[in-house]
Amino acid sequence: MPSLKDLRLRITSVKSTRKITSAMKMVAASKLRRAQTAAEAARPFAERMERMLGTLAGAMAGQAGAPAMLTGTGSDQVHLIVPVTADRGLCGGFNSSITRATRLLAADLLKQGKKVIILPVGRKGREALRRDYGHLMIEGFDNLGRKGITFPEADQVATRVTQMFANGEFDVCTVVYNRFISAISQNVTRQQLIPFPVPAETDPVDASARAVYEFEPGEAEILAEILPRNLATQLFRSLLESQASEQGARMTAMDNATRNAGDMINALAIKYNRSRQAQITKELIEIISGAEAL
Amino acid sequence: MAEKIQFELVSPAKLLLSEPVEMVVVPGEDGDFGALPLHAPLISTVRPGVIDIHNNGKVTNRIFIAGGFAEVTGERVTVLAEEAFPLEELTSEMAAERRAAADLAVSDAQTDLDRSRAARQVAIAEAMVIALR
Repeated sequence: MPSLKDLRLRITSVKSTRKITSAMKMVAASKLRRAQTAAEAARPFAERMERMLGTLAGAMAGQAGAPAMLTGTGSDQVHLIVPVTADRGLCGGFNSSITRATRLLAADLLKQGKKVIILPVGRKGREALRRDYGHLMIEGFDNLGRKGITFPEADQVATRVTQMFANGEFDVCTVVYNRFISAISQNVTRQQLIPFPVPAETDPVDASARAVYEFEPGEAEILAEILPRNLATQLFRSLLESQASEQGARMTAMDNATRNAGDMINALAIKYNRSRQAQITKELIEIISGAEAL
Repeated sequence: MAEKIQFELVSPAKLLLSEPVEMVVVPGEDGDFGALPLHAPLISTVRPGVIDIHNNGKVTNRIFIAGGFAEVTGERVTVLAEEAFPLEELTSEMAAERRAAADLAVSDAQTDLDRSRAARQVAIAEAMVIALR
């Protein structure tokens, strides 16, 4: 049986924990709103780029000389995996679901006898994967998007990937990130970036119109320019989605923690009051029986 | 002229501009081209330079862009630009700063990729200087 003082201390400590978690929840909620707006604002660019890329790829179909970034290197021996996680914890299953998916993917590829390289984005993912796959890991990126993800940051990652691809260090590149569904649900998503899967022809009526496009300077030249840009755009999009998801996950986790702390305080308060009463009763009995004995 | 063409300027962070205009002049890789309604479909790379938006026979808006891509169809012109801002906001200090950073990048460049990126920065800085004239 803990003493009254112990209980009192316990209650104070849980109360301050609750203050912290509820503050974190509020911060996450406001960051979430900002991240969500940013993710939505970035959508038009990605959509239009995809449309252009579809047109170009359609025009290039069947022609030789298409860049390797679109068609692949012709082999799929070496896979580059880019897991996108957060730099900080306390956000529920956000980071662990990404590392789990990455582990599964890597184990699967290794079993097929392929080679795997991991380029981690975010500190948490790097730390979690280092134990099992440290030997496959190359230096990644931390501290992206401290003040919201910017395009140049995504471009940094894209440049690195492009350079590795140009050096022939890998054949297939896949990014693993949390797609934002809502504040309480995120979907772990695997997206292949290289070779880039061409968006399927959505509008068959449009297909005939596409044939008459003029290209300046030429299809292959534009494609060579647009593909690295597209890589940056896709990475930018996954970073934004991941950031929105992180804040959503943190908000939910902190909301739960706040509620649990509240429950705990209630339970402790009852226990405290009961033992306080028990003690008073005991003292009274002692006094009364002492008086009776006289 | 009543006919208008829908002009869209998009940056990675957001949709910057979407409005019907009479004509836009885009600095294409192989030379500037004007896009009027019913222009033949065209996809072109865009070099760093200035986009002129024409309305009522006059230039109503000038925007500096640091290169990108343009798609023209009969009804719309879409320009994807990584960096874009109104020409009025461009100052000679900005151009000089950019130029200095670009020159530094050129001298620091180690790989082919670095070199081509640095060359692009130089082109952007040069386009800024030309645009300011």
